[in-house]
Amino acid sequence: MAYPYVSDREVRLLSKSFGDPKGRRLETYVERGGYGALKKAFEMGPDAVIDEVKASGLRGRGGAGFPAGVKWSFMPKEPTRPHYLLCNADESEPGTFKDRELMRWDPHQLIEGVLIAAYAIRAKQAYIYCRGEFFETTQILAKALEDAYAGGYVGKDILGSGVDIDVTIHLGAGAYICGEETALMNSLEGRRGQPRVKPPFPAAVGAFGMPTTINNVETLSAVPHIVSNGGAWYRQWGTERSTGTKLFCVSGHVNKPGNYELPLGFPLMDLIEDVCGGMTNGKALKAVIPGGSSVPILTAAECKGVNLDYESVQAAGSMLGCAAVIVMDEDTHIVKQVRRIVDFYAHESCGQCTPCREGTAWLAKILRRIEDGKGAEEDLDTLLSVSRHMTGTTICVLSDSAAAPVVSSIQKFKDEYLALIRRGERAGVA
Amino acid sequence: MADSPATVTLTIDGQEVTVPKGTTLLQAAKQVGQEIPHYCYHPGLSSPAMCRLCLVEVEGAPKPVPSCVTQAMNGQVVKTQSPLAREMREGVLEFYLVNHPLDCPICDMSGECNLQNYVHREGRDHGRSVEPKRVFGRDDFGGDVLFYGDRCVMCTRCVRFMNEMEQDSRLTVVERGNRSVIDTFYDHGLEGTHWHGNIVDLCPVGALVSKDFLYKARAWDLAHTPSICPSCSQGCNIELHTRDNLVQRVKPRENLEVNGWWICDHGRLDYEWINHGQRLEAPLVRDGGATRATEWKDALVTLLDRAGAAVGKGVKAVASPFASNEDLAAFAALVKELGGGPIVYRSARSDVEIPLKGYPGLARRKDLSPNAVGAELLEMTRVGGDDGTGGLDDVAKHEGILLVLGDFLHDQPSDFGGKAALYAYFGTRGGAATEAAHLVLPVTTFAEQEGTFTNFQGRVQRFWPALTGPGAARPAWLVIGALVAQLTSTDVIRSAADAFARMGQQVPAFAGLTYDDLGTRGAVVSETVPLTGD
Repeated sequence: MAYPYVSDREVRLLSKSFGDPKGRRLETYVERGGYGALKKAFEMGPDAVIDEVKASGLRGRGGAGFPAGVKWSFMPKEPTRPHYLLCNADESEPGTFKDRELMRWDPHQLIEGVLIAAYAIRAKQAYIYCRGEFFETTQILAKALEDAYAGGYVGKDILGSGVDIDVTIHLGAGAYICGEETALMNSLEGRRGQPRVKPPFPAAVGAFGMPTTINNVETLSAVPHIVSNGGAWYRQWGTERSTGTKLFCVSGHVNKPGNYELPLGFPLMDLIEDVCGGMTNGKALKAVIPGGSSVPILTAAECKGVNLDYESVQAAGSMLGCAAVIVMDEDTHIVKQVRRIVDFYAHESCGQCTPCREGTAWLAKILRRIEDGKGAEEDLDTLLSVSRHMTGTTICVLSDSAAAPVVSSIQKFKDEYLALIRRGERAGVA
Repeated sequence: MADSPATVTLTIDGQEVTVPKGTTLLQAAKQVGQEIPHYCYHPGLSSPAMCRLCLVEVEGAPKPVPSCVTQAMNGQVVKTQSPLAREMREGVLEFYLVNHPLDCPICDMSGECNLQNYVHREGRDHGRSVEPKRVFGRDDFGGDVLFYGDRCVMCTRCVRFMNEMEQDSRLTVVERGNRSVIDTFYDHGLEGTHWHGNIVDLCPVGALVSKDFLYKARAWDLAHTPSICPSCSQGCNIELHTRDNLVQRVKPRENLEVNGWWICDHGRLDYEWINHGQRLEAPLVRDGGATRATEWKDALVTLLDRAGAAVGKGVKAVASPFASNEDLAAFAALVKELGGGPIVYRSARSDVEIPLKGYPGLARRKDLSPNAVGAELLEMTRVGGDDGTGGLDDVAKHEGILLVLGDFLHDQPSDFGGKAALYAYFGTRGGAATEAAHLVLPVTTFAEQEGTFTNFQGRVQRFWPALTGPGAARPAWLVIGALVAQLTSTDVIRSAADAFARMGQQVPAFAGLTYDDLGTRGAVVSETVPLTGD
């Protein structure tokens, strides 16, 4: 037992240094074979690196699950303009806390991944965009980057290869929406953090108007392992379409919440009952949000038999997202939880698209009213209709994210809404 | 047609339409007669696709697409009126009304508000929101602009206009979510910018209103007349909005070759002179020391009689670059028929040109008169200083026939023209310098008659009568044309169109042009003429 909690069912590739204060040092990292993958990548050449990552089946860990190698292959092969690699370290989804840990405990693993990715997409400049509240994390990362520069791993003529790649850390200003890739680019450029209309996609017009690839911290942290050991090696974990390992951030009513690196396809109930030591106080499970606050809720019954890979969770009616598993026991007030989630989205909406700007705040107001016992049954119809008008109608998916828990909770926990409404009616409040 | 690489053919609401490549769905839909509702889109600005009102259904697309930025593609099947498209629009309109106050009865925009129009057209009968609305209150943005934050629909057209057209970022969006609000930077408002009035026009609702127009008139009481801005030689296309025979406000009229959708604040706000109450209303004839009001026929006969007596003593004439081409041409013809002589005009010039940076070719020009080029084409000569005064010393003492059209002669003494054998003044207002005139003849302003101005590029553009002239005031081309007809034994010209056509025979540059050729957008004359002194 070390790092808050570990489990013997874990496969600790990316998280092997978690809890080890020495792991973040350059000398330790190099001692353990670090930056070997970078050397190997330089020998392979950019296209072979992309092919290897494609072969690994590595999918984006930020939430959307888009194959990383395929994303890289969208970049022009013969650069006529500067290319940029962005690392999305604006980890803000309620329930997720994996990227912070990857940067705190193993910053060089990320820096190496960034360098390999930048090399593969022929970028000479990479940015790591850190969440505004990550003060400690950013300091650790900045120290590591300084050491890496001093050690000749970053900057001009890396390791005598003739490759130049600069890495810059950029601290956000505390907006959830800047984790959306195009809002992140706007923010990086010094503009208002608002998502851009796509198309054009970042591979054509990204940061500073140049071809850009953007990857999550966890995705890039997996890259050195894949380059070192090969794509086929990485596929030994996970399922056919969801390969490799994934960090699961478990929070809520479990005895041992925390980060667990498990092969994709790991059974959800095993995660709760075995890896996380079961429900607190032996309470019964009520619901699970499997992929961060923006995905539909699964009831206890729906959780049975669900495996944690992209396809299985989708088949169960939710999404794996960034694998932030929020576990709720039988005493949880679903309406209150949903209201808190929607409040968050209302607060974080950038405000450009009307359905999101007005809809998130409206949903929050209705939910608050229901929670206060002043709701009426037709409010549920309004909630569903408003949610429908917020889904698929905006530039980014923040609006859809706010609507999803509302819709799924009304579908699955309508009784709880009705109980609050009836109680209010009986008390003569409504 | 569909095979041509320069065009694409698609189906919109069941109708096949072929448009140039790069056309957006919103523009393409116009060709089948569908005006897709929109707020943030404006043809003169960038398209952020954020109001989400112009969403349409495209077969095969996973979700509704914003028609303002989606380019038409071959074979696309677009539905602007499908149940899904209509429901999404209804939903978006309802979202606006969650926080938009229903203060239409006291809102200046009421009657020309796109939120009113769209909700009326396809909104819900009743909004479902019962929650308290958020309140921002009213803010003075400086210049001519007041901001009512509660009414704002956050289309950001105003912010984009200041950033992209004026290129002086005075406005921004602060905060986020439904707390977003347009604001200025601390106490730096819109003062000192010269084109900010356009953001009031751009605002689709009553969030940005003009202080000048505030509570002055209801939109539905205003008559709209196409006209040309007389405040400089750019010749911006405008509309005069009138009520009770008074100009209430000036709005820009689209003309991509002159002013786009924009006009400057000087032109927008400098209209009160048109409403000036002290006007000449009847022809005045001086008999000995006293003047008497008379009829036009009597006045014109008197003029011709006196002119007959004075012929041979030479003619000197002063015209005005605020007069229409037709007026000036008639005036030039009269001067010629009375023996000929130099015609001068005076016009004010500013030291600086004020360009709208984002719209090349549009500026408040240094030449502050609307028709100096027209005067030059008629071989008139500019005299006097850049403040529009002086230069008339020899004219003032002329002993033959002295004719003045339009010039107010503000700077001239009361003995102006005192030595003239015949001094006839055609104008809108009397003053010290008309005291010696034998005939003071009331004519109409550009706002009260039909006519054309020629702008700095030589573009001849029509304007239409928006107001009724006072009393017996008549267009100068009509009364002067009658004199010319008498002198030349030709037919009297009865319409501005005929006056324009007659001018074509007189001045080669205008030859062949007719009012029909000019239309509402104007046409460029066949030769360019530099202004005197340029």
